[in-house]
Amino acid sequence: MKILVAYKRVVDYNVRIQVKPDGSGVITEGVKLSPNPFDDIALEEALRLREKGLATEVIVATIAPADAQPHLRNGLAMGANRAIHIVTDSAVQPLTAARALLKLVEREQPGLVLLGKQAIDDDSSQTGQMLATLWGRPQATFASKVDVAGTVATVTREVDAGLETLEVDLPAVITTDLRLNEPRFIKLPDIMKAKAKPLETIALAELGIEAADFLTTTHYAPPPKRSKGVMVKDVAELVALLKQKGLA
Amino acid sequence: MNKILIIAEHLNGTLNPATARCVTAATKIGGEIHIAVLAADVDAVAAQAAQIAGVSKVLTVARAENAHALAAMLAPQIAKLAEGYSHVLLPSTTFGKDVAPCVAALLGVAQVSDLMAVDDPHTFQRPIYAGNAIISVTAPSDRTLVATVRPASWPATANGAASAAIEAVALDVALPTHTRFKELQSGKSDRPDLQSASKVVSGGRALGSAEAFSIIYSLADKLGAGVGASRAAVDAGYVPNDMQVGQTGKIIAPELYVAIGISGAIQHLTGIKDAGTIVAINKDGDAPIFEIADIGLVGDLFTLVPELEKALG
Repeated sequence: MKILVAYKRVVDYNVRIQVKPDGSGVITEGVKLSPNPFDDIALEEALRLREKGLATEVIVATIAPADAQPHLRNGLAMGANRAIHIVTDSAVQPLTAARALLKLVEREQPGLVLLGKQAIDDDSSQTGQMLATLWGRPQATFASKVDVAGTVATVTREVDAGLETLEVDLPAVITTDLRLNEPRFIKLPDIMKAKAKPLETIALAELGIEAADFLTTTHYAPPPKRSKGVMVKDVAELVALLKQKGLA
Repeated sequence: MNKILIIAEHLNGTLNPATARCVTAATKIGGEIHIAVLAADVDAVAAQAAQIAGVSKVLTVARAENAHALAAMLAPQIAKLAEGYSHVLLPSTTFGKDVAPCVAALLGVAQVSDLMAVDDPHTFQRPIYAGNAIISVTAPSDRTLVATVRPASWPATANGAASAAIEAVALDVALPTHTRFKELQSGKSDRPDLQSASKVVSGGRALGSAEAFSIIYSLADKLGAGVGASRAAVDAGYVPNDMQVGQTGKIIAPELYVAIGISGAIQHLTGIKDAGTIVAINKDGDAPIFEIADIGLVGDLFTLVPELEKALG
């Protein structure tokens, strides 16, 4: 079984994003870029399934500008067998991304597609679900545990009410939550080895999909600031303030 | 004229309050508002949905396959129901986040996630980068728009004087068998539900153990509050995952939020930004939580929390 992992490059989670003063976007110049943390977890899970003998090959794929090759090399250094780079200069919206990934799915015929449950830049949380739907295959979102046996995956999902367990027939799409695993650190020799691994590039336009970037972003704004609070010196002062606000 | 379809979220015959928050967003968009209830047993949930002010009709789809909220089952039915509607809204909960993109994909339309404000019927504000930027997005007005509604941004619409008409719908939609529900493990609690509680007390890593969390529960009970936790406390195994507050957990907007032993990573702050009053108790006076707290108290939580509980007595 092959596993396809969608592996997005995003602004690093430690960066405090600033909105441009003219509201035309956020400042990304000179900002550190990293793999989407949820996609790292997806890749780690794929590698563990391969290490258990449940998968034969792990493919990482991204949709990004030409300068994203080091990002894919990072995925290869972590342990993926090969990489596919769908090249485009513009940011694609989730439905377009899902249509592009479907093309790779049709070509590669993976038994499992793993993606992060959301990308921490646009926070959409849509692509995995859209891919499963277009593909006509099961989805298990927000996974915190994945067991593969034969042609079935048993997946525990983190939902608002607790933990839900689903059984899905393969092939399927699974999106990964934080507690599924802890991604491994990349070792220096693996970075060297990754340079020799296959990395294929395809222009997004060559996939022959209909773009579906229907949403237009017209304005960016910083979030409303909370007004500066007060520091109290003891519990009595805290309780007095709470009572004053009618909260205690 | 907009025609808005809201998909009800429910569990064990009880309508989730997030549905009434979607009604508030729908009222702001403006138009005729219908709620769809997809369930095995629709009656109890439909009766609750019909009470919400501003709702003119409740559509019910009763099918055995709808016993559990599985996206693979619900999405094809919702896509069919969506015909003739300008907007389809679901709450931005794990239920809505799971199902809505499938509906959008079936309709071949875009989805706006986490709708937090309405500029006009097709222009909305939503957060990106963990709420560190708010964008205005415009969707084409000639297509159905699918959106998830960020519950913390919208108060719930109260019940109205009259009850909406309830109409059973039979849908001729073939459903897959490739996805099967096994079980739901739910922490039973008599405390107020975290997502709708007007007061919430949360504990962080500084509690140090599951046992020590008892002082959080005890304070919460004194305040009549729900109980939450930081990601660090959940990861450390002090409390179950459904108590996590933050970017990847629950995003909440209680009137009072008390953060105890929580340093305040931006991912946690994202989950509480809309709270009315934020109180922070932490031994580190430089902790980021104090940057957004309305009232801060520096000190040892193991001394201060029992003292606070007593003082509220």
